[in-house]
Amino acid sequence: MEPGLRESFLYDRTIIAEIQRAAREGIYDIRGFGAKRRLPHFDDLLLLGASVSRYPLEGYREKCATDVVLGTRFARKPLELKIPITIAGMSFGALSAPAKEALGRAATELGTATTTGDGGMTEEERQSSKTLVYQLLPSRYGMNPNDLRRADAIEIVVGQGAKPGGGGMLLGHKISDRVAAMRDLPQGIDQRSASRHPDWTGPDDLEIKIMELREITDWEKPVFVKVGATRTYYDVQLAVKAGADAIVVDGMQGGTAATQDVFIEHAGIPTLAATRLAVDALQELDMHREVQLIVSGGIRTGADVAKALALGADAVSIGTGVVIAMGDNSPELDEAYRELGSAAGYYDDWHAGLDPAGISTQDDRLAARLDPAVAARRVANYLRVLTLEAQTLARACGKSHVHNLEPEDLVALTVEAAAMARVPLAGTDWIPGLRG
Amino acid sequence: MCGIVGLFCKSPELEPRLGTYLSEMLVQMNDRGPDSAGVALYREPAPPGCSKLTLYSADEGFDWAALGGEVRDVRARHAVVVFDGDADEAEAAIRASYPELRVMSAGRVIEIYKEVGTPRVFAERFRLHEFEGTHGLGHTRMATESRVTTEGSHPFSTGHDLCLVHNGSLSNHNRLRERLRREGMEFQTENDTEVAAAYLTWRLREGDSLEAALESCLTALDGFYTFLVGTADGFAVLRDPIACKPAVLAETDDWVAMASEYRAIAVLPGAAEARLWEPEPSVVYAWEKALV
Amino acid sequence: MAVAATGVEVVDLASTPLRELNQRLHDVAGDDPAIRSWRVLNPNGMHAVACGIDAPVEVEIAGHVGYYCAGMNQRATVRVRGNAGTGVAENMMSGTVVVGGNASQAAGATGRGGMLVVHGDAAARCGISMKGVDVVVRGSIGHMSAFMAQRGCLVVCGDAGDALGDSIYEAHLYVRGAVAGLGADCVEKELRENHVAELTALLARAGFDDVDASEFRRYGSARELYNFKVDNAGAY
Repeated sequence: MEPGLRESFLYDRTIIAEIQRAAREGIYDIRGFGAKRRLPHFDDLLLLGASVSRYPLEGYREKCATDVVLGTRFARKPLELKIPITIAGMSFGALSAPAKEALGRAATELGTATTTGDGGMTEEERQSSKTLVYQLLPSRYGMNPNDLRRADAIEIVVGQGAKPGGGGMLLGHKISDRVAAMRDLPQGIDQRSASRHPDWTGPDDLEIKIMELREITDWEKPVFVKVGATRTYYDVQLAVKAGADAIVVDGMQGGTAATQDVFIEHAGIPTLAATRLAVDALQELDMHREVQLIVSGGIRTGADVAKALALGADAVSIGTGVVIAMGDNSPELDEAYRELGSAAGYYDDWHAGLDPAGISTQDDRLAARLDPAVAARRVANYLRVLTLEAQTLARACGKSHVHNLEPEDLVALTVEAAAMARVPLAGTDWIPGLRG
Repeated sequence: MCGIVGLFCKSPELEPRLGTYLSEMLVQMNDRGPDSAGVALYREPAPPGCSKLTLYSADEGFDWAALGGEVRDVRARHAVVVFDGDADEAEAAIRASYPELRVMSAGRVIEIYKEVGTPRVFAERFRLHEFEGTHGLGHTRMATESRVTTEGSHPFSTGHDLCLVHNGSLSNHNRLRERLRREGMEFQTENDTEVAAAYLTWRLREGDSLEAALESCLTALDGFYTFLVGTADGFAVLRDPIACKPAVLAETDDWVAMASEYRAIAVLPGAAEARLWEPEPSVVYAWEKALV
Repeated sequence: MAVAATGVEVVDLASTPLRELNQRLHDVAGDDPAIRSWRVLNPNGMHAVACGIDAPVEVEIAGHVGYYCAGMNQRATVRVRGNAGTGVAENMMSGTVVVGGNASQAAGATGRGGMLVVHGDAAARCGISMKGVDVVVRGSIGHMSAFMAQRGCLVVCGDAGDALGDSIYEAHLYVRGAVAGLGADCVEKELRENHVAELTALLARAGFDDVDASEFRRYGSARELYNFKVDNAGAY
């Protein structure tokens, strides 16, 4: 930058570009990906490894178990997973068919679950994913009782972290023949989003809806309730009262294939804060570990996994991370991204359906670039690394099961993180708002 | 969220069983509201020139006789006491001398009982089946954004012989609460329903009829609601314009009933043959009988 | 449980748990079930009665039901001799559901096939998000009906409430009486011969042969909101 040129903090180049784009196009900016701005997150927490007062476990021989069971409260067949990391709901429509298949294969290999999305269940995913969670969204695209019965769990989506209070979005160029058929929509139109469920509103009526779904599936399958993180304390308590087997809390960092940028960046609360609120809510109802908590929204590394579990989550769920693992934003595609006006590491136009990686597209030619076997291997590798990293940290804290990580194993680097996670600032006794 | 029930006896033969029927209706709404329950009963008028208060004491052993009124009934820390003079005066005197007591209701005919716990436990604790009356409202609560406490339970008393129960969730109640404070209203909780109740009281104080006051809710209140309002003479129902929260009305020659779900109405005698309908959004429905 | 001389399986919900009724209905196997006819007594406003059936059986429910009666119905014929609560026949896939009395909110919500007939009135959000079901209402319907209706037909012999067909896609709406107001992108359209034929067939299937199709008006999508144009921003 030339000396003498001073950028405004408030009106920086990004904001200037956005204001000028708005003036040009007259429509809000729609994009994929999650919140890009800096937010308090798990990076602001540190784990207290063993030394003299605590003793570590040896690697390899001294096991650190990672298994988790989801849906023990009411279901006859809860989900038994080998790792506490699931793959979050992402629609066929948002993602290509090979991408969904790759995710299924990877999850099966690691002994965990994938989740459908706002478009219904594809054959590829049901065949490739041994444990499949089937979402019930406001749109009800593709919803049918046969898929409900061949799912392994049902997830009622009240909202997602990227756009709490908003509905699904898929733009015309991604409404291909196949997507249109699955969603009962005309091809090429911009799908409009329902933000409320059509046949229930409120936790009292949600309770009746959950009961209906259990009746239809003969009480076999766990019923999850997914919320975007906002008034998380109340939402979790209400989900418990409505009869959920497990609750998925998706923080504001959660990704999406398409929504308004203002939604992504300015609605919801950080995953860090939401996790603590959710655990508080469960503990106050004496339901922690009885109703399982799955946390998502910016889970990227094994450290994120370990810290979320330490705060009290039973499992985490990953969307953006596995999309990147498959090949999204790979440096090898930089030239292709530049042709689209972006660059490797910056590409977030997942709504446009022009993805050179073949992941967030419905164009057959582009989707063909994604070999599901290769992509599956990459996702499986990534999940393996996350698990190993979490185990490494857990062992260092003296835990023989990752679930034995607890908030007392954590300290915070910043005042915000200390307040949100309710753990002390490193080197002090101070938890802002609580003591000191 | 919540379950609402209401029963209005058209024929006097039903009045001895008001409490029995209301408690059976309430129990049907347990799933909608396991946190707390409450009823407003309209019965046993105070003599002319007198007023009746329902008071609550956290202290089980409170000496109600010391208040200087006629103690009509005491059950589960609630006492029904009749005072000489105006209800406003009686209420002001209690608040001044006994700030530890809660005034649950004030008027000539109304009595309000509410407590945390399931409706079945509530009905047993208060021996609801013993009550006779002309009409009554009930509520089962699943707390949404405020704590589960006795004060936070419905019905909320808004004025003399007036009360409100609510199923839904308001979204502009915090600013409205501030505005109502400036008009002299007082609040005990963070509850959105209490704000709606206070708003109605304020409108009535300003001279609106009940119908006009309820209609003004449609513009003044934002959010989702089915309201059931109890008055000295009867009750009124209002749903917001979007009307997502349920409401069922039923009528026979002997009674008019309202509930969140038909299940609660099904327990009433003659329910199977009752005229059943669903209130339209944004329309005030009201029933009343002449006071004796 | 008693099997009457006519071969009808009678289940009394006053003494039999709902779970047992629904399980037995789900266990009906094959295309030619041994027990074809069922009669359900004393529903008393219970929820999820006869939901999730996937068999060519006939179920008659003697009384009023609560929410989600016959939810996600496949191939069965379910008759409610009374009123139905929220979401009757929600997401039905095929078969027939008949409500003798009135239906509450979200009747036929997100339905994908088959036919829902309501002899009385239906309330708000009738046919919301419908995806191929045919809904025929003898009486009137409430506001926000056919909201985001994608496919299928909604036939109303009485009146329709405000915001009919808001954000409608390609569903066909026919209303005989007054329409309090049309929703975003929903307009009146010409009733041509092929529409009269479609409507006549729907009315016949519903058992309303006495109703004259030519008395109806047709409503559907103006298709202005299919792709965003800034000049339409006011419609959102």
